[in-house]
Amino acid sequence: MSAVVNGARAGGTPLLSVQDLRKYFPVTGGVLNRQLATVQAVDDVSFEVERGETLGIVGESGCGKSTTARLLLALITPDAGRIRYGGKEVGEGAGRIPLRELRRHAQMVFQDSYSSLNPRLTIEDTIAFGPIVHGTPRREARARARDILGKVGLDPNLFIRRYPHELSGGQRQRVNIARALAIQPDLLVLDEAVSALDKSVEAQVLNLLSDLKREFALTYLFISHDLNVVQYVSDRVLVMYLGKVVEVGPVDVMYREPQHPYTRALLSAMPSMDPDRRTEDAPLAGDPPSPINPPSGCRFHTRCPFAQAVCRDREPPLVADVAASGRSVACHLVTPGSGHPDAPAGPSA
Amino acid sequence: MGSAEPLVSIRDLRVSFVSRDATVHAVNGVDLDLARGEALCILGESGSGKSVTLRAMIRLLPPRRARLSGSVKVAGREVMSMGERALSDLRGGQVSMIFQEPALAFDPVYTVGRQITETIVRHEKVSRADARRRAVELLDLVRIPSPERRLASYPHELSGGMRQRAMIALALSCRPDVLLADEPTTALDASVQIQILLLLRELQRELGMAVIFVTHDVGVAVEIADRIAVMYAGRFVESGPVGTVIKTPSHPYTQGLLASTVHGAMRGQRLEAIPGSPPDLASLPVGCAFAPRCRHRLERCTESYPEESRPAAAHAVRCFLAATSPEPA
Repeated sequence: MSAVVNGARAGGTPLLSVQDLRKYFPVTGGVLNRQLATVQAVDDVSFEVERGETLGIVGESGCGKSTTARLLLALITPDAGRIRYGGKEVGEGAGRIPLRELRRHAQMVFQDSYSSLNPRLTIEDTIAFGPIVHGTPRREARARARDILGKVGLDPNLFIRRYPHELSGGQRQRVNIARALAIQPDLLVLDEAVSALDKSVEAQVLNLLSDLKREFALTYLFISHDLNVVQYVSDRVLVMYLGKVVEVGPVDVMYREPQHPYTRALLSAMPSMDPDRRTEDAPLAGDPPSPINPPSGCRFHTRCPFAQAVCRDREPPLVADVAASGRSVACHLVTPGSGHPDAPAGPSA
Repeated sequence: MGSAEPLVSIRDLRVSFVSRDATVHAVNGVDLDLARGEALCILGESGSGKSVTLRAMIRLLPPRRARLSGSVKVAGREVMSMGERALSDLRGGQVSMIFQEPALAFDPVYTVGRQITETIVRHEKVSRADARRRAVELLDLVRIPSPERRLASYPHELSGGMRQRAMIALALSCRPDVLLADEPTTALDASVQIQILLLLRELQRELGMAVIFVTHDVGVAVEIADRIAVMYAGRFVESGPVGTVIKTPSHPYTQGLLASTVHGAMRGQRLEAIPGSPPDLASLPVGCAFAPRCRHRLERCTESYPEESRPAAAHAVRCFLAATSPEPA
């Protein structure tokens, strides 16, 4: 699993590079509060984000997409793995990028627009807080808050003195985006940032995100369970299942001809939007298994229609797809020489 | 349709919630006829009054704070004038309901089996043993594997999808004529959501139930509905057969909602978002509530509420624009 082939490399260093990231959470209980099991939330996840692109991460609940986001900004500490930002490893020491510095470059927007704002700060103080912490003089920080509020489509004269509870959900999410942008980051991690919004408001915020991306030359990591929205915003898409990356590649290739049986199932589970062509068969049976003690081998084998003995025994590595540049798949079925009876012929990659 | 009397008939249903500070007008004059075996989907955003309409149908709203008026008839019987006894016969009997969060709909301290048998015994004169036998059949009907064993499970021991199936089994336990479904798939993962939708569609066909399904998701509505009613600020602004409403929407709100729903073919295009946000139900504007956000607004829109116009026999729209031209821009 050393050679992680992942994404179209246009040369140069990627803005963000993640290698073998891992986070297990202990499950404790009983009288002595002993560890009973382990949630393998994120297990050896590797990917890269190029400057200026939008990488979408999709998956069902418990797949580890939000944990991945929190690990990236060190809101929780990884058990293993390396995170590099602009080619430099995150951490203290020579040639590294300290955490404080990282957070000046990378910011996050969360799903719950209300709980991510301090209810006792005005909108102005909320937005100016970040820049002040990072050393901007107060007066300048306030001016920037007004400016950025206008950029996210809220009239500063009307909103600057208000408190979070005086705003609607869509307005609050705009404030959260403004707060994230106030320290002029390069990378924005959007964790289900539009999921709680009504459709008509979601469309406004998606338009806003695309305007801001262009204006400030931003890079997005867009995490969502909504496959339609991910297809709309992303340049590349990464699919996760129970803590593992199962497939990653350019958005058009992924949606046109998904390779991994899980990606295929996920895409055909989308409602058709056409009353004359309704979905007739559910692509998958049952719920996703719990990430506590996940299945052996390929974690999807318990629900996969193509599963064979090899899928139970051996974990499939993420292998570059020779047919489609920039796409990698972790599946024995599509990997030559994997030992799966229906795998394509050819030497092992 | 046509000849027979509708199973459910609602006329001028209004619901407001009264508190010391304000009166919130959640439902503002809903008319609805539902035929036996029909699947109607009420589509709307948060605060449009769709869930309140559903709850008002079986008077499942806090009696002190909620003011109800209008008429709701189920198989000819007026629900609004029912006493407590008649109401509890109705709920779970002729009309039953499933919710978004099955974890909250079940009582956590009793097993699933006990809750289902209790419902059957309450509504029908059968023995506990017979009720239990029926419970096993029901779990089998909603495709819960090893139903015998699952009867002994507590709600928290089931996964999200299983719990939703168990709640459907509970709702179907007394063979209701009408199933009210309040966003039952919203909290589920996509791969589970489609399973539950297909299950509901199949059960509805097999059992000949009428279903009123409330959702904010156009995709879900398209999968489940025969007919769609689009709700905005407590009123049905447009209703008609699913194909008509989705393919030729006439109300500017329906058009906006469909245009702002992201789907495959839209990559690279700018979304035609509806500007502004939904109105404050405590101080609704005079006239059409959508007027402040509408790009086709006329002067009259802010003065009076449009009468219903019918571009086609089964297609009803509440918009001055649809009334003047058969095909609005």
